Amino acid sequence: MEETITKSDIIKPENLVYKKTDLMTDNVLSYCPGCGHGTTHRIIMETIEEMGVQKDTIGIAPVGCSVLAYEFMNIDMQQAAHGRAPALATAIKRLLPYKTVFTYQGDGDLAAIGTAETIHAANRGENITIIFINNGIYGMTGGQMAPTTLEGMKSSTTPYGRDWEMMGHPLKITELLAQLPGTYFVSRQAVHTPANVRKTKKAIRNAFELQKLNRGMTFVEVVSNCNSGWKMTPVQANQWMVENMFPFYPLGDIKVDGELVKK
Amino acid sequence: MAKVIGEIVVDIERCKGCEVCLDACPTQTIAMVDEVNGKGYHYMQNIHNACTGCTNCAIVCPDGVITVYRVKV
Repeated sequence: MEETITKSDIIKPENLVYKKTDLMTDNVLSYCPGCGHGTTHRIIMETIEEMGVQKDTIGIAPVGCSVLAYEFMNIDMQQAAHGRAPALATAIKRLLPYKTVFTYQGDGDLAAIGTAETIHAANRGENITIIFINNGIYGMTGGQMAPTTLEGMKSSTTPYGRDWEMMGHPLKITELLAQLPGTYFVSRQAVHTPANVRKTKKAIRNAFELQKLNRGMTFVEVVSNCNSGWKMTPVQANQWMVENMFPFYPLGDIKVDGELVKK
Repeated sequence: MAKVIGEIVVDIERCKGCEVCLDACPTQTIAMVDEVNGKGYHYMQNIHNACTGCTNCAIVCPDGVITVYRVKV
């Protein structure tokens, strides 16, 4: 009985269980093979599709690897100047308060040049969602040290590893923002395994839904790899991320319902 | 006992051969093939017919190239 089932019997529309969402355009992603950006883009779009808010969502693209995010996300998008995405999102949310507004930023954009905008938007308690992709490096420009680069981590501007005496300590911007009264939901997730992808999707869905309560900023950090910047294969980069990034950037919810999660 | 048979369809030209899906597959039914696509990447295919349609590979695929079908027999 089982032998009689052929490939063409299975591949039918009624048996479909998973397909790339139509909210992602058919453009080929400009990211390196294995980059977490693509997965994160897709789960954001899946969340928007499941919530049925495609028409009522405005995304803000940053500067960095994901500068062309508006080419891939089939929703209303606006491109911000470097680091200024939270300021632009503030304006859009205040002018159009019934829209779901999110920014999509990397660590060079959010934690370096845009620190002021990020912290002040969080402190004002703007009702926006920030999706923060942290790969500990400036990926687009060739793997230079970012504020989030780990201590001892090699990058093209720290070939002997980051030395805190000269270059300072890595910045845990997510924990910093969780301290501010203006943030309502803060979480850190990853997208390297199916289980983590599902958790991240849940966190993003939570963030979008809580935004409608108008209680403050919702913030989801996604710890991601940068295999070309770290000079590794994608699988090695994911392994390196688990071994080195997660001890310093532990996964999980940091602030839920406006209260810090005690650990 | 009901058995589940899955099948995947890969958008070969969009696959970048990152191999992230190989670790995610619980039945090791997918593998990179020796041929390359138009961009010169080795692409992944279902080679062992042990697919259960669990969608793990499709969920971790950064480029969203995998479509999953599943049927109960």
